Amino acid sequence: MPEIIIREAIAQGLREALDEDDRVFMLGEDIGAYDGAYAVTRGFLKQYGPDRIRDTPISESVIVGAAVGAALAGLRPIVEIMTINFTLLAIDQIVNHAAKLRYMSNGQFTVPMMMRTVTGGGGQLAATHSQSFEGWYASVPGLKVLTPSTPYDALGLLRASRKDLNPIVFAEHSMLYGTRGEVPEEYFEVPLGKAVVRRPGKDVTIIGYSRMAHIAEEAGNRLAEKGVDAEVIDLRSLRPLDTETLIESVKKTNRAVVVEEAWKFGGFSGEIASAIQEEAFDYLDGPVVRVNGLDVPAPYNGTLEAATIPTAQRVLDTIEEKFGI
Amino acid sequence: MELAVDIDKNQVADYYRQMLMIRRFEEAAGRLYLQGLVRGFLHLYIGEEAVAVGAIPVLDVQDYVITHYRDHGHALARGVDPKAVMAELCGKATGTSGGKGGSMHIFDVDRHFMGGHAIVGGQLPIATGLALSIKQRGGDGAVMCFFGDGAVNEGEFHESLNLASLWKLPVIFFLENNLYGMGSHVDKTHAAGRDIYASAEYYKIPAVQIDGMDLLAVHEASAEALKKVRSGDGPVFLEAMTYRFRGHSMADPVAYRETSEVEEWRVNDPIERFKSFSLAEGLMSEDELAQIDREVIETIEEVVEFAKNSPEPELDSLWDNVYA
Ligand SMILES: Cc1ncc(C[n+]2csc(CCOP(=O)(O)OP(=O)(O)O)c2C)c(N)n1
Ligand SMILES: [Mg+2]
Repeated sequence: MPEIIIREAIAQGLREALDEDDRVFMLGEDIGAYDGAYAVTRGFLKQYGPDRIRDTPISESVIVGAAVGAALAGLRPIVEIMTINFTLLAIDQIVNHAAKLRYMSNGQFTVPMMMRTVTGGGGQLAATHSQSFEGWYASVPGLKVLTPSTPYDALGLLRASRKDLNPIVFAEHSMLYGTRGEVPEEYFEVPLGKAVVRRPGKDVTIIGYSRMAHIAEEAGNRLAEKGVDAEVIDLRSLRPLDTETLIESVKKTNRAVVVEEAWKFGGFSGEIASAIQEEAFDYLDGPVVRVNGLDVPAPYNGTLEAATIPTAQRVLDTIEEKFGI
Repeated sequence: MELAVDIDKNQVADYYRQMLMIRRFEEAAGRLYLQGLVRGFLHLYIGEEAVAVGAIPVLDVQDYVITHYRDHGHALARGVDPKAVMAELCGKATGTSGGKGGSMHIFDVDRHFMGGHAIVGGQLPIATGLALSIKQRGGDGAVMCFFGDGAVNEGEFHESLNLASLWKLPVIFFLENNLYGMGSHVDKTHAAGRDIYASAEYYKIPAVQIDGMDLLAVHEASAEALKKVRSGDGPVFLEAMTYRFRGHSMADPVAYRETSEVEEWRVNDPIERFKSFSLAEGLMSEDELAQIDREVIETIEEVVEFAKNSPEPELDSLWDNVYA
């Protein structure tokens, strides 16, 4: 099976959409002449032309709003907001408009648009440029939120998204673009709302998403060296959330750890912990444990920043401390 | 040549030194970035020095300066210690924010240098509020707010101009039009075309476009704008036409513009231009200029050494100042 990196997988998914559906077009800052801030759309402008690859002014609110309008009228816009930090300038269009129009119109309208954006820290970009807001968006009924961590999932989720009529937030982690993985040549999709077990095990369930799915996996592998058999789950999709896979796993392992890059206070990991406790309380040997980014704005200094982001070591230490394994 | 402004020999030497300081500082920062000592995003001000140095020194200490992430030039022109700025770029404890802000977020409360804002357009509403505080308290202070041609397309720009004009707030909106926001040329991002200053007129704000590569032109326009703003008539809008010689940030391969365009602008290098002017007018001699060149290089060497040798921040400092 050929191996590609996530950047290529996303580009392939976008190309397929542009090639196969003439209602699809892209808009965003520097996606054309600049080739994309993270080089995902390299060469797109040349291939598809300026009507379908629309470089926009730095105007996040109207970028998303224009996509909402175009989607209402039957097009299939794909927006790129350079990073999730800048989506805050468009949050009104995302939350008050894109997410609401279907419901408020009692089904008269649909908003089949995708907002791709870049999440996460780790690049020493400091407090305004290193945040993870996908969990916020996941709290909004009417939005779907996808968080691929592998090339396979990125492509599969992009493909499945095209059949979905809802506004979708597609959060790509800035540190994962170069992540390599196998992607089959034959067509496949990854359904929205389906988690995946990365590593089966029976002693403890470690749950992560986006970059933290890799940290969870690393922790799982290192636990194996200690003779602890961890089950590692990658959520892939925050909303819809695949609680079934989580519950099944916890019924088997009786212990759960959630790893998330975002702040702990109000973090999405709390949603997962709560869902597990509500539905599998009797199977748990102890509380669901959360390993999150520290509750501080991201510091610029590399050592300081690294200390704020969960690591496999921190996951191992937490498991040892809380579960004695 | 007729001297447009009253400028004496000492000032000429000082402006030359300041522009050169910024140039050499930025070159050194670029080197430190390539050595891995400066990380994250680094946006250099090379080519635009005449704007900060022409504008900021007209202000008094109690006035406020606020800008975007391309902020080293403004910080230095405001008198922020270059050692502390370079140390911040290197993430050191001796930096302006103890290593927690980085290149895009330089602050110095003592010099009323209010940042260093990395969300495009974010400083404009804050500038409006700083000006409101001056008006509210009844002083004759002023705010100088820098931003780029890209920021003009954010709603915050328009909201700020409108409110500042409506309430007659003492702020100079200072547009640094370097023709590009990242890789996007202003012709493709702004409906009113290159003359963005004209959009301020809609908000009844007096607006002037100036040659941002000409220190004296910037200086004169800034001094005049300040006078107007201090008189209580409300904001003034200045648009300095300028150019960044380097990429948007160190990560930018600059594939979107022709080298010939860069070369054309380089002919207009603000430092060279000021130098030629000073020589032609007999305001400085070759020797005096060379002396300044040497001193600046020495200073920058000290700045770099200081940043390199400064200690890393304590790990626990990451918990400081989340709240007051
Ligand atoms: C709200 C927001 N959108 C996008 C960005 C990414 N970004 C950083 S700088 C920049 C270009 C800004 O250009 P301009 O205002 O002209 O300033 P210049 O860099 O030319 O000095 C962009 C798009 C950002 N930091 N904030
Ligand atoms: Mg610009």
